Amino acid sequence: MLNYAWLMLVFPALGALVIALFGTRLGHRAISWLAPGMVLLSFGVAVWMFVTMLGLPVEERSHEVVLWSWITTGTFHVDVALLLDQLSITMALVVTGIGFLIHVYSTGYMHDDPRYPRFFTYMNLFILMMLTLVLANNYLLLYVGWEGVGLASYLLIGFWFEKPSAANAGKKAFIVNRIGDFGLVLAIFFIWTSLGTLRFSEVLTAAPARLATTGIATTITMLLLLAATGKSAQLPLFVWLPDAMEGPTPVSALIHAATMVTAGVYMIARSHILFALAPTSAAWVAWIGAITALFAATIALTQTDLKRILAYSTISQLGYMFLAVGVGAYASGIFHLVTHAFFKALLFLAAGSVMHALAGEINIRKMGNLRAKMPVTYWTFLIGAAALAGIPLLSGFFSKDEILWFAWQKSPLLWLVGAVTAACTAVYAFRAVFVPFWGKERDHKLFHHAHESPASMTLPLILLAAGALLAGYLGLPRQSAIEGWLEPVFAAGSGALATATPAVAGGFMRWVLLAVSALIALGGLAVAYWAFVRNTDVPRQVRESLGWAFTLAEKKYFVDDAYNALVGYIWDFGGWLARTIDQRGIDGAVNGVAGITGWAGGQIRRLQTGLLGLYALSILFGAVALVVWFVIK
Amino acid sequence: MVPTSFYLILSALLFVIGVAGVALRRNVLIIFMSVEMMLNSVNLTFAALANHFMKLDGQVFVLIAMTVAAAEVAVGLAIVMEVIRHRDTTNIDDVNLLKG
Repeated sequence: MLNYAWLMLVFPALGALVIALFGTRLGHRAISWLAPGMVLLSFGVAVWMFVTMLGLPVEERSHEVVLWSWITTGTFHVDVALLLDQLSITMALVVTGIGFLIHVYSTGYMHDDPRYPRFFTYMNLFILMMLTLVLANNYLLLYVGWEGVGLASYLLIGFWFEKPSAANAGKKAFIVNRIGDFGLVLAIFFIWTSLGTLRFSEVLTAAPARLATTGIATTITMLLLLAATGKSAQLPLFVWLPDAMEGPTPVSALIHAATMVTAGVYMIARSHILFALAPTSAAWVAWIGAITALFAATIALTQTDLKRILAYSTISQLGYMFLAVGVGAYASGIFHLVTHAFFKALLFLAAGSVMHALAGEINIRKMGNLRAKMPVTYWTFLIGAAALAGIPLLSGFFSKDEILWFAWQKSPLLWLVGAVTAACTAVYAFRAVFVPFWGKERDHKLFHHAHESPASMTLPLILLAAGALLAGYLGLPRQSAIEGWLEPVFAAGSGALATATPAVAGGFMRWVLLAVSALIALGGLAVAYWAFVRNTDVPRQVRESLGWAFTLAEKKYFVDDAYNALVGYIWDFGGWLARTIDQRGIDGAVNGVAGITGWAGGQIRRLQTGLLGLYALSILFGAVALVVWFVIK
Repeated sequence: MVPTSFYLILSALLFVIGVAGVALRRNVLIIFMSVEMMLNSVNLTFAALANHFMKLDGQVFVLIAMTVAAAEVAVGLAIVMEVIRHRDTTNIDDVNLLKG
């Protein structure tokens, strides 16, 4: 039964193809049914596969479907083949399930856009590529998906390409991702040369014996980490994600929050055996994740653009996932990935609903009291923000707590960074609730025109809110369903490094940390309420007392400016090289040769006077000279 | 019987007159005629020396040279006609498009 998994890929491919070729003739209505319908069918197949898998014994749940042989030259052989196991089906369910809801939402959100068919072509293409990425059974096919989602991301960020900022943001995302992709390609080369295979299952069995000396494993995993920081917007390559908010909001929700940006986490989890063999790289993953989480959370506190707050929040939450996979808690990382997909997609879609109501206004300082006008959006946004903040019993609480617990076991310092981030998260999450939705309206004209969004937009919000409320119960402490589900995938390699996977169950300390997490979240809520509702003068005072530190965070720690300066220097150096070597050196030599030839020609051509008599005399004297020469000789 | 040296002197004189005509005159037709004169001075040398050595080779050469000269005259005159038609001049100094 699992052999039918390829159907998952067929439906979005068909959707993208049909809409691309006949989109303008089909009309709005047909596309509104076709595009989400194809994703729904794909989701149906994923559910079917999932249910089938549940009915199988644990050892038969990992299944490979070889579709066709792709490349065969010499000893190098790669199939186009799918790997169905607990991890890939989890990812496929998230991608298609949330993807479907966002497609439905998009039919409302993009309704008046003149390039409606094109939008859904790209969206279906994205689903196809993302499924290729998560279902691939080898690194090369994963790379196809990896590049494919990058392409879809580029196309959709720059979807409104008439705006220079959107076009630039698209280019920026693509170029920054290219740096990471470079790492992935090199890592694939290294895996091939050291192991002779690219299939995940074979890497899993071959790696422990062949890579026992950690040198090459560290090289491979550091390159994989570079790739993951590009795709998942971690330090130092996170700069593209905030700019990616120039794309339509459903795109931000689907690609730049719920699915594509988690590809890095998925890829690291998929390569868990390699990271288990290279503890140094694993530590790097954890620390990069922790530092990015804190770094992005502090930036999120200072932004006033609703979508940018959410973008930095995404970077921060991805940092948590990196922290999790870095300390070897792969299942927790994937668990947080799933819950995050629900609540972050929800937050983005609700933000889109707000923008929709306010004619594209995105600055939270111009909003206010919107809960009176948009109750559904308000309540769903509130649930999403609470889940993000980690309010007890919501989804974010369980997954984040689990990550912090594993971080604590690895190093209390990592836990501390994570806990401080959690506090920041709670404050900015509720700031994003209180400032736009509570208080008094700040812009009368905007407020007057505000209205609740149509059902095609609010229905997905409600469904996602239900997910954000309930997804956490997949992974209760001590009895985690998702841990148990994913455990066989990661257990296969953990024998190589027994200490890499810490114990799930903890004693007393576990409950203490749980309580601390809960207190942090509630404390953050209280602080946000106090500062943004009761005493609205506080933020200004904080801003002024912090001074340069606040500016530093508000300007995103000048990372963008540093990159600009760096690229500027490289650019100037290239220009200098071109001027001196090319223009003066090479061009000088070429032009010099031409100049000398021209000068010589100018001198010699004076002989050609045009006087026939002179020519005749020259011939005569020449002939006479020859005769004299021969006679004398 | 006229000595052979007389023929050769005459021939040399004719040749020098031809060279001077080509080098000094400006009229295309005169230059053309001077070229013919040089040609025929050489023919005269051939004939005189053939007579002197009592061999027919020189005579044959003269006949061939005259045949070639006839063809050459036809071509040369045609060129002269074209020059006159296009540039309306017989002055060779006015025909100097290829001047460097």
